[in-house]
Amino acid sequence: MKNVMFKLPTLALAAVLWVAAANAADLINGAGATFPYPLYSKWFSDYQKIDRSIQINYQSIGSGGGIRQLIDRTVDFGASDAPMTDEQIQKAKDPVVHVPMVLGAVVVTYNVPGVKAQLKMTPDIVADLFLGKIQKWDDARITKLNPGVAIPKDHPVMVVHRSDGSGTTAIFSDYLSKVSAEWKEKVGTGTALKWPTGLGAKGNEGVTGTVKSTPGTVGYVEYLFAETNQLSMAELKNASGNFVKPNVKSVSQSAKGSLKQIPEDFRVSITNAQGKESYPISGFTYILVYKTLSADKGKKLVSFLKWAVQDGQKTAETLFYAPLPTELVKKIEKKIADIQFK
Amino acid sequence: MSKAVALEVSQTVEAGPVKKRDLHLGDRVFFWILRGVATSVILLLAALTLYLFRLSIPAFQTFGAKFLISLEWNPVSEVFGAGPFIYGTVVSSLLALCISVPVSLGVSLFLNELAPKKLADTMGFLVEMLAAIPSVVYGLWGIFVLAPWLRTTVQPLLGKTFGFIPLFQGPPFGVGMLAAGLVLAIMITPTISAICKEVFRAIPDHQREASLALGATRWEMIHMSVIQTARSGILGAVILGLGRAMGETMAVTMVIGNRAEIDISLFAPAQTMASVIANEYAEASSQIHLSSLAAVGLSLFVVSLLINAMARFVVHRVDSRSAKAAH
Repeated sequence: MKNVMFKLPTLALAAVLWVAAANAADLINGAGATFPYPLYSKWFSDYQKIDRSIQINYQSIGSGGGIRQLIDRTVDFGASDAPMTDEQIQKAKDPVVHVPMVLGAVVVTYNVPGVKAQLKMTPDIVADLFLGKIQKWDDARITKLNPGVAIPKDHPVMVVHRSDGSGTTAIFSDYLSKVSAEWKEKVGTGTALKWPTGLGAKGNEGVTGTVKSTPGTVGYVEYLFAETNQLSMAELKNASGNFVKPNVKSVSQSAKGSLKQIPEDFRVSITNAQGKESYPISGFTYILVYKTLSADKGKKLVSFLKWAVQDGQKTAETLFYAPLPTELVKKIEKKIADIQFK
Repeated sequence: MSKAVALEVSQTVEAGPVKKRDLHLGDRVFFWILRGVATSVILLLAALTLYLFRLSIPAFQTFGAKFLISLEWNPVSEVFGAGPFIYGTVVSSLLALCISVPVSLGVSLFLNELAPKKLADTMGFLVEMLAAIPSVVYGLWGIFVLAPWLRTTVQPLLGKTFGFIPLFQGPPFGVGMLAAGLVLAIMITPTISAICKEVFRAIPDHQREASLALGATRWEMIHMSVIQTARSGILGAVILGLGRAMGETMAVTMVIGNRAEIDISLFAPAQTMASVIANEYAEASSQIHLSSLAAVGLSLFVVSLLINAMARFVVHRVDSRSAKAAH
């Protein structure tokens, strides 16, 4: 017994010392978007195998929070699904670099009793569903577009949307504002909206739960989430007039299709993108860093970013994130090379 | 009240300086440490209030006192008003009370007056266990069990039977004000019944014996010497339950449907002060949006503070009354 009592503190001390030694690696702190969190944590642990001297700590507190913490300089990098607004950039004082990491997409999911097939939808159908203008599932526009699908007669539509502010809502409303003038005027774009109709559910899991358990509902969730939960996803008509299923390839295509429109700073919305195979509700997720970084931590962070847009992209696909098109990766690498150290 | 305060004051006067004089050094150090700890809690409360107040200044400057009654909450056009949330908090909490108070009273009366001791101990423990379940679990249960049941069974039935009352009109969604009220009712029942039980226990037995000796039936005895005597204690328990219901965030957010509108129907989705903060704070990026959320928080804080103060006042009265009764 005495032996044990002596050993325990020694062991504890050894453990503390060991942890302290492990922490000798440079700790880089980041915070922001929840959407890329599964991928980022995989990346961070993969990258630590390559460079043991760096340890990245990421808190998925939401895009808005990530931007706030970057502006307050409480983190080394921020992460966001939406680019910073001009107002936010002004607040940050020093120039900020937007580094696109991967692409994400938002899918329209539904629970129509008896319908197992993938429904086709045009942008105006999606907009009118979420505006509350299409109130029955057997609306002529839907049945005409989906011949052969047994859509129940007179079944009411119920909209389910996110109740929490979210990048998913931002991308989705950005898309609707582009394809529907009425949406743009009445509702607009943002992480939280004043919804014309429907119920609010918290998080992707809340929307999924409500849609799955309630017949007649239509909602929107991240593609990643819909895929892993095997939700029904609508095929959407894109800007080139083709009906496209959401998948990793069609989401990547949307970045390729908008290559010409992508500006120097990558602050762009690529919803409703051109290109035959482009899925229309896609967007970048960014890591945000200041253009001038401290020499010690900054150099390590930059080499991680280089690795992520190159080798990291392979991991992305296995986790249902769409990789960046190679043409864009070159541009991004140039931008990363511009980062300075003091 | 004034008597009670006077009593308290005289006690401090007696206990304070007289004893302090013969304190040893160790006792003095201990006294100062404890005083420091106690003061820090008050300072924390003050700092919190100040911080919330400072954060919410832009919102009140922009929207004025109208913020509290305005019904528009639009993060895109940046027009904010807390009306729907105050309504949602008040109505969902009152609904919870309407359901929970009779049940809690029944439970605590049964446990204290009627049940055999062994049964009462087990049941009392189980009821208190309800308070230990995390609110997110209540929320999940609400989404996956309660809401579908409300949608398919309860709401159609209520609509058919009482559909002429505006409270029970509209399409059955499952989630909404009714679901939130029910979940809250279950969550506050252990709080209310536990306090009621203690209040009933504080009533001296000879009071019960007296009414029985006068020929009262058991029901008359409970009515006359238990409920009548414990009235203000029960009220205190109810107010504490109300406080808990108003502050509850997670479970409510998951089942209330989160819609910033006032609808008289209990079937309709609504939103509370706590749930809008939980929903929108993380992604709010504009100054005025953040400030408006802080202002909603401040309103909730003030309302909760008022309710706590009321509860203290009521409980205090019960204490001094039962003390008098014991003499």
